[in-house]
Amino acid sequence: PPSLHHKTSGSSKESHPRAVNVDLQTDATLQVDISDALSERDKVKFTVHTKSTLPNFKQNEFSVVRQHEEFIWLHDSFVENEEYAGFIIPPAPPRPDFDASREKLQKLGEGEGSMTKEEFTKMKQELEAEYLAIFKKTVAMHEVFLCRVAAHPVLRKDLNFHVFLEYNQDLSVRGKNKKEKLEDFFKNVVKSADGVIVSGVKDVDDFFEHEKTFLLEYHNRVKDASAKSDRMIRSHKTLCLMETFFLFVCRFFLKVSELFEKTRKIEARVAADEDLKLADLLKYYLRESQAAKDLLYRRGRALVDYENANKALDKARAKNKDVLQAETTQQVCCQKFEKISESAKQELIDFKTRRVAAFRKNLVELAELELKHAKGNLQLLQSCLAVLKGDT
Amino acid sequence: SRKQLVPPSVDLPRFLFRLCFQLSPTSPEPASLPAEDISTNSNGPKQEILLDDDQEDLFAEATEEVSLDSPEREPILSDGPSPAITPVTPTVIITPRVDASMFDRSPDEDEEAEENGDTFDLQIMVSDPEKTSLNLFNRNEFTVKRRFSDFLGLHSKLASKYLHIGYIVPPAPEKSIVGMTKVKVGKEDLSSAEFVEKRRSALERYLMRTVNHPALLKDPDVIQFLESTELPRAVSTQALSGAGILRMVNKAAEAVNKMTIKMNESDAWFEEKQQQFENLDVQLRKLHASVESLVCHRKELSVNTASFAKSAAMLGNSEDHTALSRALSQLAEVEEKIDQLHQEQAYADFYLFSELLGDYVRLITAVKGVFDHRMKTWSKWQDAQVMLQRKREAEAKLQYANKPDKLQQAKEEIKEWEAKVQQGERDFEQISKNIRREVGRFEKQRVKDFKVVIIKYLESLVHTQQQLIKYWEAFLPEAKAIA
Repeated sequence: PPSLHHKTSGSSKESHPRAVNVDLQTDATLQVDISDALSERDKVKFTVHTKSTLPNFKQNEFSVVRQHEEFIWLHDSFVENEEYAGFIIPPAPPRPDFDASREKLQKLGEGEGSMTKEEFTKMKQELEAEYLAIFKKTVAMHEVFLCRVAAHPVLRKDLNFHVFLEYNQDLSVRGKNKKEKLEDFFKNVVKSADGVIVSGVKDVDDFFEHEKTFLLEYHNRVKDASAKSDRMIRSHKTLCLMETFFLFVCRFFLKVSELFEKTRKIEARVAADEDLKLADLLKYYLRESQAAKDLLYRRGRALVDYENANKALDKARAKNKDVLQAETTQQVCCQKFEKISESAKQELIDFKTRRVAAFRKNLVELAELELKHAKGNLQLLQSCLAVLKGDT
Repeated sequence: SRKQLVPPSVDLPRFLFRLCFQLSPTSPEPASLPAEDISTNSNGPKQEILLDDDQEDLFAEATEEVSLDSPEREPILSDGPSPAITPVTPTVIITPRVDASMFDRSPDEDEEAEENGDTFDLQIMVSDPEKTSLNLFNRNEFTVKRRFSDFLGLHSKLASKYLHIGYIVPPAPEKSIVGMTKVKVGKEDLSSAEFVEKRRSALERYLMRTVNHPALLKDPDVIQFLESTELPRAVSTQALSGAGILRMVNKAAEAVNKMTIKMNESDAWFEEKQQQFENLDVQLRKLHASVESLVCHRKELSVNTASFAKSAAMLGNSEDHTALSRALSQLAEVEEKIDQLHQEQAYADFYLFSELLGDYVRLITAVKGVFDHRMKTWSKWQDAQVMLQRKREAEAKLQYANKPDKLQQAKEEIKEWEAKVQQGERDFEQISKNIRREVGRFEKQRVKDFKVVIIKYLESLVHTQQQLIKYWEAFLPEAKAIA
C-alpha cells in the first residue's frame, strides 16, 4: 500500500475542513489546523499546528504530532466530563479507513497480467488518486474536530485540550484493549436502553419536547441520506473507471482525441466534489445530530434524576428520615438539571444555525461545481466532436 | 412511466446508396392491406412463410457468445453459377431518401412467421450526377415493398455466388431479437416498436453495405431486389441468417482443418492480414466486454441516484427550517432527473455499440470465410497438380505397354488436367487479387463505421451535459435562497 506524504497547506481549497463548519470565527486568540499528515501502513500521523496569544501556552506557535487514538482520547475525555454535560460535544473524527482503496489497488495488482502496461498505469493512477482523496478527507475530518473545540467558548479552555495541542511527546494513549472495548459495548447497550426510557418521559418544556421529536426523525433520515449518497457516489466513481477502460479499448479502433480523456478526468472530479460537498456534509451532520441527541439524553437523564430526587425528598420528609441527605441530593440534581437545560437550549439553537449555514454553503458550492464541470465537459466534448467531424 | 425510447439507428457513411426506413405505427386492423400491394404472395398474416429447415430453436444462437467453435453442421450452399465477375467501379451516385410504412402484424400469427414476415417499404431515389452510361435502373425514383425474408433470400444468393471467389459479402441481419449481448436494457423485453426499429435499422445497414459494394451493386439479383415490384417468394433455404453464415464458415474451416492444409504462403501480405483480423477479433471482444460493463455500471448508478433522491426528499420533509427544507426537496428533484439521464445514456450506449459490434463480428466471420476459401482454392490447385503428375506418370508407363486406346485416353486426361491446373492457378490468383481489394475496402469502411458510432456517442454525451447544466442552473438560486 502506498505511503503518502500529504501537506494540507496550500493544497486544494475544496477539501478545506471549514466547509463543513461555518461559524468559526478566525479568532486570533486560538487557531488550530493540521498542517501536515503522513500515511504509512496502518497509521496516519497528523501534525497539529497551533497559533495562540493565550497565556496558557509557552509559545505563540507550535506543532505536535498526533495519531487518531489521541483524538479519540480527547473526545472521550469531553464526554466523560460532567461539566460539559450541557454541551453538544463535537463528534469524534472517524477512523482513517483505507481498506476499500487498498483492496482495489491489490485487485489491480492481481489483474496486471490481463491488461497492457498502459492500461495498468492508467488504472493505477486513478486508484492512487482515489487513495489520496480519502486521505485528504480523513485529514479534514480530524481538523474540523479540533476547530470545533477551539471555537467553543468553554471547551477551548479545557486542560486536556491544551495538553493535546502542546505536549510534544506521545500521549501514551493506546487504543482500547479488548476488555475496555467490551465495557464500552455494554455501556452503549445500557445507554441506549436508558435512552429509550428517558425519551419516553414527556418534557414540560415545549422547546425541548419539539427538539426531541425533531432530532429523532432528522437523525434517522440523515443516516439514510448519508448511506444512499455514499452508495451513489461510489458507483459514480466506479463508472468513471469503467469509462476510462472503455476509452482505452476505443482507441484501438479510432484515434480518439486526448480531449476525450480529459472529459473523463473532469467526470472523476465531479464525483470527488459530490463526495466532499454532499456525502461528507451528510456524514458530518449524522455525527453532530447524534451528539445533539446525546445532549438531549443527558438532559433527559438529569430530569429523571431530578424528579426521582424530588420524590425521594417527599418520601424522606414524610417518614422524617434522612431528610438532609435527600435535600442535598435534590439540590444537586436540581442544579445539574438547570445547568444542562440552560446551556442545552443555546447549544441546540446554535446547532440549527450551523446546520442551515453549512447546508447552504455546501449546496451552493455543489451546484456551482456541478455547473463548472458540466460546462467544462461540454466544451471538451464539442471540441472533440469538431475534430472528429473535421477530418473525414 | 418511462417514455418509449427508440434506439438511435446507425447511419453509415453514404457514398453510393442510401436507403432508410421510416416506420409508421402498426395499424390495428389485421386484415387490411394497403392498396398498392402488388406482391403475388399476399402479405396477410395467415400466410405460411417457410424459410428455414432449422428444427432447432431460432433463438438458440442468440444468447451464445459469437464463437467460431460451433459444432453445428449445416450443408454448405451448393455452388451456384459462378460468373467470372470483373469488378467495376461504379460512377453512379445515388442520393438517399427514406420512407416506409410497416405492414400490420396479426397478434395470432405464429412467431416464426411473424418474425420473418415483417414487411418494409423501401423508397429509393437514384440520381446520377455524372450522367454515366451505366444505367442500372429504369427509373430514378421508386418504391418497393420487401419482407424480412426477402432480404435473407437476397443474401443467400449473393453468398453462394461470391463468397467463394473472395468477395466479402455483407452478412444478413440476425433473425433473433436479442443479438449478441445478454444485457437487457429496461425491465421489459423489447417492445414491438423497439424490435421493429432495431430490425429496420439492421436491414438498412445491411442493404447499404451491399449496394456500396461495386460488384454487388451491379448484380442482377440486387437490382431485381431493389427494383422489381414483385419478388419471387424466397424458397426455403439453408444458412440464411448470420448464424447460418457462421455455420457455413465453420464447416469450411473444419473441412480445411481436416485436410490439414499446410499452405505454403508465399505472400506475406496474407499472413499479416490474417493476423490483423485475429487481433481485430480480440479487440472487438474487449470492446464488447467494456461496453457491457459500462452499461451495467451506469444502470447501477441510475438505481443509486434514484434511491438517494427519495432519501433526500425525506430529509427535506423532516428539516424544520423552511427554506432549507425546500432546497432539499429541489435537490431530490434534480437527482431524479439525473437518474433519468443516466438511464437514457445507458440505453443509448447499449444500442449504439451492440449494433456495431454485432455487425462487425459477423463481418469478420465473413472475412475469415473468404480467407478460408482462398486456402481451399489453393488446395484444389495443388490437388490438380498432383493429379496431373499422376496422369503423366501413368501415360509414361503406358508408352511401353502396347495399348494404344489407353494411351490415347491417358493423353486426353493429361490435357484435361493441364487445363484444370491452369484454371486452378487462375482461380487462385483471382481470389487472391479479389481478397486484397476487398480487405482494403473493408478496412476503410471499418474506420468510417466506427467514426460514425463514436460521433453519435459523443453527441449523446453532449446532450447529457447540456441537460445537467439546465438542471443545476435551475437549482442554484434555490440553494442560494436558504437564509
